[in-house]
Amino acid sequence: MATFKDFRNAVKPNWCPGCGDFSVQAAIQRAAANVGYEPHELAVISGIGCSGRISGYINSYGFHGIHGRALPIAQGLKMANKDLKVIASGGDGDGFAIGMGHTIHAIRRNIDITYIVMDNQIYGLTKGQTSPRSAAGFVTKSTPGGAIEPSLKPLEVALTSGATFVAQGFSTDIKELTALIEAGLNHKGFSFINVFSPCVTYNKVNTYDWFKENLTKLSDVEGYDHTDRSLAMQTVMEKEGLVTGIIYHNQETTSYQEKVTGYSELPLTDIDISLSEEQFDQLVKEFM
Amino acid sequence: MLHQLSWKVGGQQGEGIESTGEIFATAMNRLGYHLYGYRHFSSRIKGGHTNNKITVRPTQVRSIADDLDILVAFDQETIDVNYKELTASSIILADARFEPASPEGCTAPLFAVPFTEIATELGTSLMKNMVAIGATAALLNLEETVFQSVVEEIFGRKGEEVVAKNIEAIQKGREAIAEQIGDRVGEWALAPADGQRRLFMIGNDAIALGAIAAGSRFMAAYPITPASEIMEYMIKKLPLVGGAVIQTEDEIAAATMAIGANYGGVRSFTASAGPGLSLMVEAIGLSGMTEQPLVIIDTQRGGPSTGLPTKQEQSDLMAMLYGTHGEIPKVVIAPSTMEEAFFDTIQAFNIAEQLQLPVILMTDLQLSLGKQTVAPFDYSKIEIKRGKIVEALEDEESKDYFKRYENTEDGISPRILPGTKGGIHHVTGVEHDETGKPSEATGNRRTQMDKRMRKLNYLQFDTPIYVNAPHEEADVLLVGFNSTRGAIEEVQETLNAEGIKTNHAHVRLLFPFPAEEMAKLADKAKKIIVVENNSTGQLANIMKMNIGVHAKTTNVLKYDGTPFLPRELTNLVKEKI
Ligand SMILES: Cc1ncc(C[n+]2csc(CCOP(=O)(O)OP(=O)(O)O)c2C)c(N)n1
Ligand code: SF4
Ligand SMILES: [Mg+2]
Repeated sequence: MATFKDFRNAVKPNWCPGCGDFSVQAAIQRAAANVGYEPHELAVISGIGCSGRISGYINSYGFHGIHGRALPIAQGLKMANKDLKVIASGGDGDGFAIGMGHTIHAIRRNIDITYIVMDNQIYGLTKGQTSPRSAAGFVTKSTPGGAIEPSLKPLEVALTSGATFVAQGFSTDIKELTALIEAGLNHKGFSFINVFSPCVTYNKVNTYDWFKENLTKLSDVEGYDHTDRSLAMQTVMEKEGLVTGIIYHNQETTSYQEKVTGYSELPLTDIDISLSEEQFDQLVKEFM
Repeated sequence: MLHQLSWKVGGQQGEGIESTGEIFATAMNRLGYHLYGYRHFSSRIKGGHTNNKITVRPTQVRSIADDLDILVAFDQETIDVNYKELTASSIILADARFEPASPEGCTAPLFAVPFTEIATELGTSLMKNMVAIGATAALLNLEETVFQSVVEEIFGRKGEEVVAKNIEAIQKGREAIAEQIGDRVGEWALAPADGQRRLFMIGNDAIALGAIAAGSRFMAAYPITPASEIMEYMIKKLPLVGGAVIQTEDEIAAATMAIGANYGGVRSFTASAGPGLSLMVEAIGLSGMTEQPLVIIDTQRGGPSTGLPTKQEQSDLMAMLYGTHGEIPKVVIAPSTMEEAFFDTIQAFNIAEQLQLPVILMTDLQLSLGKQTVAPFDYSKIEIKRGKIVEALEDEESKDYFKRYENTEDGISPRILPGTKGGIHHVTGVEHDETGKPSEATGNRRTQMDKRMRKLNYLQFDTPIYVNAPHEEADVLLVGFNSTRGAIEEVQETLNAEGIKTNHAHVRLLFPFPAEEMAKLADKAKKIIVVENNSTGQLANIMKMNIGVHAKTTNVLKYDGTPFLPRELTNLVKEKI
């Protein structure tokens, strides 16, 4: 059995000291070990951004793709080899700006992968521009007069897009975050986990302290039931998205792959891909 | 007896023009005739003129004919739009319902046949198509039994009675025209065919069949004309072999999803046309940089922007060759016949995996949608070559990252699939070292760039140029790519017969360009005429870039949305000689 140490590699992250992404990295490593994966059975697919570097910092198969496209790459990989455990990850710009279309459709499609967003409400890698997650009024290099657009609400978007698993964590609470990722990995369908992962260099508003002051743990909310979608929506709206825990979990869902007609029981990577002459003739006959 | 029949049916989109052509053509195919079809359609679903032109011969037919022998019209517009293709020995069969009129200057006799009326009497006006086929059959002296098997296949599900009614409609159509033309029945009869069985398919069918034969088991795509048939075929057939298709949210997702699946080890591809290809450009670079195999089919149509979405053009060439930032190795293939479309698709998957790079297979609308007969593909020639995939490692416990980007002599590094024990490595579009770890070191950059580009030296491609060069010293070398092949071949025959020594080179491998071979062909010719369906002479420019034949190269260009016709092209070429 692999331990979280087996998911560590020799690469030293180039993140700033104190960056929230370190904890996300640690939580993924722990969760992967806790659910019983071996490193070679896991693939982490990431986008571009400070956060996107994460695929290179975990001892597993890793694919650092292009900005905003971690999800389609991850879904393609899972379709090819359904035995692999696949995590997609990236920043808030990656998933909610350039890649927003893929995020909504991946949620709807419900392929059995886990998507972890490192949400720092800013563009870190490009040195501090506004992100769709920045609050209105937020001052950045690209919004010197304060952001005009309201911030995007990823939890509400996920819930209305037919998500079957939605959770939110906070970098400081590695224990809760690890548990959320474990639950996501165990979910049979698409799991979406948004993580408040502070950027200590460019975001001086949404700091660790700010989150500590403003976040509510759903486990502390009396009567919260994460199988109740309307309650989830209502709570998320009331708390303006500043909650952590499992927000919604539909345990009865069937993943996309289980619904595809004719889709091989064996992973596609393992099937014999040559056509027999008989199969070929059968196909060709239709054109005569 | 005719040695070639050119037949066209036209009407409003949505009134079964397509199936009329289909039934006629399928029956002719089953008699052993060779066929070449062309569909004219508009970018709307119902309404708008559409027509289906089919050239039939007892011998090989390589392009659509310039003229028409028989025009079947379901509306006046069909006559007005198409009568210029008719000659005095042609004939118009028009539905009496719309009181057809012969336009001024039209020399072909017009016969009004009560297609709709006869069909309605038989039970439903929908059968007017069958009546029209019957009228055609009379001109060709074909019995209605010729259509029996086709009608059974289409209507068999609806019961024997429906089949019988449709056969009766054909018979009634025959009788109706016979009454009017008397002893001209059979005047358009074709010389007998060889009775051989051939496939009758569009290029998109050949490509999709090729993909399945090549072992592709996953496709991701977004609908677009004229590529959608490829996805639709895969959706129908992949479940039979365990595979799957995802209709994605856009072409960026399609290309990157295909990259993800290829990374996983499954031969995967996407298919699109210009607008979709424009969206895929960044993904093509990712495939090149991360050395993940990727096959993309580009069915060219009229550009730019939405352009002429349902019309013929060959204007994506430069975009396919150069449309990605930075420098990657890539292979661009352009089949020109059904058979090439099938086997080149298989080659595309082999090359993508062997060289671990993006392969773009380009077609054009006429090749993708024009329906043609082709001799059955030889199963024994299907070969799957997967390149350097390492199945399992000796040292499964190794903690070192696998050298996925090992600097080998041929530049091709061993590939290991995710899930393999001991094979962990990193893949990134950032410049990286041999294990995939990001690296900006200058030496490493040179090593990895050279390694990637070197792979192209090891490309093995069957027949990069289709050559028909009978002359050691030619007056003209005609050059083209994709669907212009047949028309150019006909021009070549005509010119040679007239004493103009003509060679023909059809480029099948556009990148890396087969410069050496092309230079030799160019040397043998006094003049090079590059025939293209675009306005800037993209292929001619590629030729100049690669073999520097500026002085003797000239163009014949057509970019009005229609393919070249043999006689038209002959005249255009002669103007340049
Ligand atoms: C197509 C494209 N456009 C722009 C960029 C530049 N770019 C890289 S990362 C990034 C945004 C990063 O923000 P986020 O996704 O929130 O990640 P973070 O750095 O905050 O973790 C941008 C705009 C790019 N790499 N590719
Ligand atoms: S810039 Fe911000 S997000 Fe990027 S590594 Fe530094 S702290 Fe983290
Ligand atoms: Mg960010």
